[in-house]
Amino acid sequence: MNLAYRDVRHNLFRFVLTCLGLGLLMSVVLAMIGIYNGLVADALNLVKAPQADLWVVESGTKGPFAEASRIPEDTREAVERLHGVSEAGNITYQTVEAPFAGKTLRLYVIGYERDRPGGPGDVVEGRKIVQSHFELVADRDTGLIPGDTIRLGRNRFKVVGLVEDTMNSGGDPVVFVTLADAQTLQSQLAPPAARVQAARGASAEIAKTVAAVVARLDANADIDAVARTVRQWKHLSAMTQADQEQLLIKSVVDRARRQIGLFLGILLTVSAVVIALIIYTMTMEKLKQIATLKLIGAPDRTIVGLIVQQAIALGMVGWAFGLVLITLTKDGFPRRVLLEPYNAAVLAGIILVVCIAASGLGVRAALKVDPATAIGG
Amino acid sequence: MSGQTRDAIVEIRGLSKHYGEGHTRVDALRDLDLTVRAGEVVALLGPSGSGKTTLLNIIGCIVEPTVGNIRLDGEEVYDNRWLRGDLRRLRLDKIGFIFQFHNLLPFLNARDNVAVVLRLAGKSGPEAQRRATELLDYLEVGSRKDSMPALLSGGEAQRVAIARALANSPRIILADEPTAALDSKRAGIVMDLLRKLAAEHDACIIAVTHDEKIYDRFDRLFHLRDGRLDGAEGDQK
Ligand SMILES: Nc1ncnc2c1ncn2[C@@H]1O[C@H](COP(=O)(O)OP(=O)(O)O)[C@@H](O)[C@H]1O
Ligand SMILES: [Mg+2]
Repeated sequence: MNLAYRDVRHNLFRFVLTCLGLGLLMSVVLAMIGIYNGLVADALNLVKAPQADLWVVESGTKGPFAEASRIPEDTREAVERLHGVSEAGNITYQTVEAPFAGKTLRLYVIGYERDRPGGPGDVVEGRKIVQSHFELVADRDTGLIPGDTIRLGRNRFKVVGLVEDTMNSGGDPVVFVTLADAQTLQSQLAPPAARVQAARGASAEIAKTVAAVVARLDANADIDAVARTVRQWKHLSAMTQADQEQLLIKSVVDRARRQIGLFLGILLTVSAVVIALIIYTMTMEKLKQIATLKLIGAPDRTIVGLIVQQAIALGMVGWAFGLVLITLTKDGFPRRVLLEPYNAAVLAGIILVVCIAASGLGVRAALKVDPATAIGG
Repeated sequence: MSGQTRDAIVEIRGLSKHYGEGHTRVDALRDLDLTVRAGEVVALLGPSGSGKTTLLNIIGCIVEPTVGNIRLDGEEVYDNRWLRGDLRRLRLDKIGFIFQFHNLLPFLNARDNVAVVLRLAGKSGPEAQRRATELLDYLEVGSRKDSMPALLSGGEAQRVAIARALANSPRIILADEPTAALDSKRAGIVMDLLRKLAAEHDACIIAVTHDEKIYDRFDRLFHLRDGRLDGAEGDQK
């Protein structure tokens, strides 16, 4: 006869309600973890997408994701000529806002050279860009579908294909356009002063720059040697793919990690306090029953078992509710929520520890209660 | 005087109990002697604050006396200090409690409320269930064995509580105002039942009561006043 189970069954409605409340809290914790994972995954997706070995960027910058980087577009030819480099491509990144279907979309525009590294990976619907102008491949999260047209800058673009899970670390979905279109867009959206200068013909610089050159190397090439060579060039720097990924995680994701980590810490603390309070209240309500149990001869083991088992049940059912809840709702989140089984397992472990620790308060009260209080008088 | 020849189940010698010290000191019991024998049903009477509950709780090994000597069922359990570490086990095996309010566990049905003390005493599940059913039948509440306490009437609940008090066949049954929550007819029935149980189980019953209508159901009445028993060991009826 399990007393904890019987008591729960007797107060089933309240227990379920409490678990639901805890479940909501757990789902927020899981969402936080998921959003952080999604953030890292999205950011890395973007860096991994060109399948590059080497990133050539403006020297002194941590470009092109962590900082703006601007290099001449003919850098690509120089990089291509290096020993060990098999392919290279110019690439630009910019954030634009574009009206579509009565709304304003925030898009992360990537300009790339067709048939060179830097373009969209798997096109899941439609096709890649084949024209040199006014075609784009969009991330599905933009809400665009093949056949749609959308105005970017002064030109209308036709959506020809869709990719998935491609967005920047800010959550803006990506659209791919040709490098030439991206450069035009860049000059159209440049600050007025720069545009005036460009119109005067004083400098056509805006149109001739790119954010980075991505290069793929031969299988047996010495990546560090190539990078060293590039670094000797004026105004240029080079990062390996690993450098770039690490930089991104450090600079872009680290702040989010600290922020989300802080929230997570606060949430877990709140959960712990809530769990402790619930268990303490549950115990206080049962003090008379616990006194009766002591009076009729129940050992402490029975009484501790009653409290701790209920605490664990509460935590685990709450956790399960949370997991179900987040699984059902995660696609509705504005950011990608990416949960690994491992995350849920770690949370279960934490909740278990919290529950056992939290029941300490209740157990203390229960062990202190005088069996005489069961007798009236 | 036939009772004198039977085993003494509760033997108390020179028992004193005070709460607090100095200005706040309350002498709840003073140098009290009491013997209750097997089969006896005795009442503790007295005004409020005279020490009835304290005495009952001391016999139940719930409250520690200040000085004295106590033997329960032939075993010396207190001699100016507890002689046993596991008082709960002692209670489980030797003492049954009946409360003014039945104090059944609200989350167990009637049968399991009885079975739980059998389980605590080490009986197997089926055996505990069987014996609990038996006891409830004996107390004529067998038909309510699957009901939760909240759904039982006062008399039914009290009988389930009595079944629980009897479950491990204790030799001492302590009752604090067992009939206070019942009407006089029910109170009479419960008292008759307790008498029958004491006789059949060779146990003694010590009950605190204010209910004059049931005084005639007791073998002896002990009057407590200011922590002393009036008139040696009370009136032999
Ligand atoms: N836990 C306690 N702490 C201090 N004083 C107590 C305590 N329990 C009882 N007393 C005092 O001891 C005396 C006897 O109390 P009690 O045994 O409850 O009497 P009764 O049950 O006859 O009313 C009273 O004066 C009461 O105030
Ligand atoms: Mg009293």
